[in-house]
Amino acid sequence: MDFPSDLSYTPEDEWVRVEDGEASIGITGYAQDQLGDIVFVDLPEPGRTFSKGETFGVIESVKAVSDLFMPLSGEVIARNERLADEPELVNESPYEDGWMIRVRIGNADELDALLSADAYRDQLPED
Amino acid sequence: MTSKSDREDIGARLSFDRSVSGRRAVDTPEWDGPRAEPLPEGLTRGGLRLPELSQGQLVRYYTALSHLNFGVDSGTYPLGSCTMKYNPKVNDEVAGLPGFAGVHPLAPEVEVQGTLEVLFELQEMLGAITGLPAVSLAPAAGAQGELAGMLMVKKVLQERGEGERRRVIVPDSAHGTNPASAAMVGFTVTEIPSGPGGSMDPAALERELDDTVAALMVTLPNTLGLWERDIERVVRLVHDNGSYVYGDGANLNPLLGRIRFGDLGFDVVHLNLHKTFSTPHGGGGPGAGPVCATPELAAYLPAPVIVPAAVDDEVRFRLARPTSSIGRLQQFHGNIGVLLRAYAYIRTLGLDGLRATSGAAVLNANYLRSLLEEHYALPYPGTVMHEAVFSGARQRRKHGVRTYDIAKRLIDYGFHPPTVYFPLIVEEALMIEPTETEAREDIEAFAATMAAIAEEAAQDPDVLHNAPHTAPISRLDEATAARRPELRWWPGEQAREE
Repeated sequence: MDFPSDLSYTPEDEWVRVEDGEASIGITGYAQDQLGDIVFVDLPEPGRTFSKGETFGVIESVKAVSDLFMPLSGEVIARNERLADEPELVNESPYEDGWMIRVRIGNADELDALLSADAYRDQLPED
Repeated sequence: MTSKSDREDIGARLSFDRSVSGRRAVDTPEWDGPRAEPLPEGLTRGGLRLPELSQGQLVRYYTALSHLNFGVDSGTYPLGSCTMKYNPKVNDEVAGLPGFAGVHPLAPEVEVQGTLEVLFELQEMLGAITGLPAVSLAPAAGAQGELAGMLMVKKVLQERGEGERRRVIVPDSAHGTNPASAAMVGFTVTEIPSGPGGSMDPAALERELDDTVAALMVTLPNTLGLWERDIERVVRLVHDNGSYVYGDGANLNPLLGRIRFGDLGFDVVHLNLHKTFSTPHGGGGPGAGPVCATPELAAYLPAPVIVPAAVDDEVRFRLARPTSSIGRLQQFHGNIGVLLRAYAYIRTLGLDGLRATSGAAVLNANYLRSLLEEHYALPYPGTVMHEAVFSGARQRRKHGVRTYDIAKRLIDYGFHPPTVYFPLIVEEALMIEPTETEAREDIEAFAATMAAIAEEAAQDPDVLHNAPHTAPISRLDEATAARRPELRWWPGEQAREE
């Protein structure tokens, strides 16, 4: 499975795209594949602030309900409103149309703890 | 045998679709007695849109629908964690005796002494089986039993002045309802990981124990079908911390007559009578989830409990409310029919019979495990109790076939699929519980079919991807079914707009 090399990752199967002090966040292709067909994504209102590791939302597939964890601290400035009606975008386009939230990065030092695409792939269960 | 198109037709056409205006199932004679004044204009309506069919059509319609059912009376139903055992028909007969079935829930106690006596004896028997003598039969399902147990823990802690204990620890191998029940009572849930062998890790538990912990919820055996190796130490750690141990007794089947929760030190457990003690189970109920507790917690049991009356010729048993009861869980008294079946089941088998039941359940599960081990990965190897959790990971990696596809293919071979994708700690999980009532040949036939499906996965994966091929409806769009369910049917678009 390929993971875009311009993104950063967490062991909780989330990706982070950093641009101008802001970070877009979603789940990886591996995560959506494991979850199966996504039926609901519950995302926070813009304006809410979360610490790294806190639960910011919930994703529900036909198989299971899972928490979404903040890869870094920050304030939510936008959420992907399309996912309310088209949660399948997470399956179809996990890195583009299936993005979840955009945050103003609270602590840039936390970016160092994120994984590269290679490091993320290496820590996945063996294929 | 009906052809596939016939069966599709049965699935697709509802009784409304067959309706012919003016057709009737029964001819009633014309009423020639006095008639009431007609209701005033504006209070009546027409067009009730009830299906109009002949009696023969109606009987065929429902008979056809019943043929689409699959139950324990049709074939092997190895739905892990659900204990889908055969239910002896004598239990249904007992529950259907007019003296039981005709009882009204508001009848005065003096008129229902027989029913109350049976229910009292069932309380006593469940107390003896679990080693936890304080029993309430009130919860109407397993999850309601969990809720009752956690409410009892919350209340006793409040009365002890320890209401600040608000955390409940749940291992990741527990039933999914455990954390939900704890959260519903207002506790916060801390999940702890299982150790490498699939048992609870006492060190992980110890790290979480402090004076904010109300209880530990343990499913025993756990959802991997495994005995908790350190359970006695775990119970001691929790008690030394001043917290309670809650047991999810849904998996009681392999312990019957051999191990008692009370002897292990558990404080309160719930049982699923509709699993362990027979009752047609599945399709959502009805159930019965009694709670069994230590004498210390007896005062907190949900109401009503059945108690012997003070000496009185007529009233020997009464419905009572324990002094610090958490209250009632529903109107009336739970699902009496399920309780009666459990009573008949226990009376029929006796202690020796119950012990034989658990022995055969464990033997069957391990025989099936041994037959399947070479075909499917078993992430937690070794002897299991009532069920074994296999993984479809090998088939997925090598052949692109998922557990979901394997489950669908089993339908083609006439088996109910096992529980899939649970527990979450096993990738592509296949949770298989044969129960004690499957004959050796049935277990071997199921295992041979699973082996054949593993072979198909390697040779012709698309057969699995497109399964089931013989069912009236093949694959549903599950995402749309979950998100935009159409729960009402209307005769045509025009009616929908009315």
